[in-house]
Amino acid sequence: MAAKQPQIGEYILHHLTFLTNKPQTSLVNFTVIDYDTVFFSVLLAVLFAGSFYLVARKSAAASNSVPRGFQSFVEMLVDWVDSQVKDVYHGTNRLIAPLALTIFCWVYLFNFMDLLPVDLLPGVAGAVGLAHLKVVPSTDLNAAFGLSLTVFILMIYYSIKVKGLLGFLGELTLQPFRAKNIFVQIPLSIVNFVLESVTLIARPVSLALRLFGNLFAGEMIFVLLALLTLVHSYAGLESVSGWGMALMQAVLTFAWEVFHLLIITIQAFIFMVLTIVYLAMAHEHH
Amino acid sequence: MHINLTLVIQMAVFAVLIWFTMKFVWPMLLGPMQERERRIAQGLAAAGKGEEELKQAREGAESILREARERAGVIVDQAQRSANEILEQARSTATQEGQRLVAAAQQQIGLDAARAKEQLRQQVGSIAVAAAAKLLEREIDARAHEALLNEFAAQL
Repeated sequence: MAAKQPQIGEYILHHLTFLTNKPQTSLVNFTVIDYDTVFFSVLLAVLFAGSFYLVARKSAAASNSVPRGFQSFVEMLVDWVDSQVKDVYHGTNRLIAPLALTIFCWVYLFNFMDLLPVDLLPGVAGAVGLAHLKVVPSTDLNAAFGLSLTVFILMIYYSIKVKGLLGFLGELTLQPFRAKNIFVQIPLSIVNFVLESVTLIARPVSLALRLFGNLFAGEMIFVLLALLTLVHSYAGLESVSGWGMALMQAVLTFAWEVFHLLIITIQAFIFMVLTIVYLAMAHEHH
Repeated sequence: MHINLTLVIQMAVFAVLIWFTMKFVWPMLLGPMQERERRIAQGLAAAGKGEEELKQAREGAESILREARERAGVIVDQAQRSANEILEQARSTATQEGQRLVAAAQQQIGLDAARAKEQLRQQVGSIAVAAAAKLLEREIDARAHEALLNEFAAQL
């Protein structure tokens, strides 16, 4: 029996390894694909877009009917996101609100995968012959940066579109230090550029790492709680201490699930709000 | 922790998802919601207006009713007054007529009595003459003593 139990390190590593086409040894390698992340994020994207599209079509076809059930929920969400956007951004860009809704729902669904029992889907995958499966896309740096870099591209795009290339470069080089003499301004501009670039680049990096860090840590807690009944010293349900461990695992996992419910919502909300703020700032003239 | 092709795929999927939401989900949800909001606001405004109108109509009806009641009161008053007047008039007319009839009857009685007195007087005169003639056993010349007889009759 003891031989069938995985080693602690092995078990943790198993839960940290993606299902890839080939093992990745270097930090960056653009020939490797995380099949699990792509599969689950596309699945969740289809789930979100499909269900919202069905509601939207029904709502548009019968605008006289009283909204019920899931339609009320979707409309409440749309109304809430709309008010969040209107609080921050007062322009006419028609992309920001749907973008915010997409981010909130998609990130929330990413994170929600964390609430599924930690060995459920990897166990099923193991049964059909897949060695590894990571079910939470937001614990993949690629997914987190995929979101934040897209937002970053939109930030740059709208900055240049609204202020012009010169306006955008001016924003990067003419503040915070300003001088009347042009020969003093040139070295100051270099300093400004360094400072502003750090500020600018810190935005997508912090956006991605905040989401990734929270979810990675959350998932790790679930893995460690699962280890309570997987370690060699676990006595099984034949003994009192075995029952104690099982009970402790159940109680702690439940407590962390409840707390995690809050975390995943907050992380999705933070990602959405910061995206709105960054894009609103891209539209403002300084 | 590594960066690979998944990043590019995720960005592409995200871009498509944003496009889809922007094109097919957001406007088709917010449009009907705003339309419904507008309709609810209209409905509420109409309900408020209707209530106000109902209140005004009720007030109007009440004032009309009050006026009608007042007018009815006035009419009843007038009717009573005119009925009294007519009654009074009829009573006075009847009294006058009665008095007139009594007066006429009394006059008639007076006249009849005078006439009867006159006749009686004349008859008494002739009876007296006849009696005197019988007494004297001779006929008194009526014409000769007419003046005397008339004077005698007037004294009766």
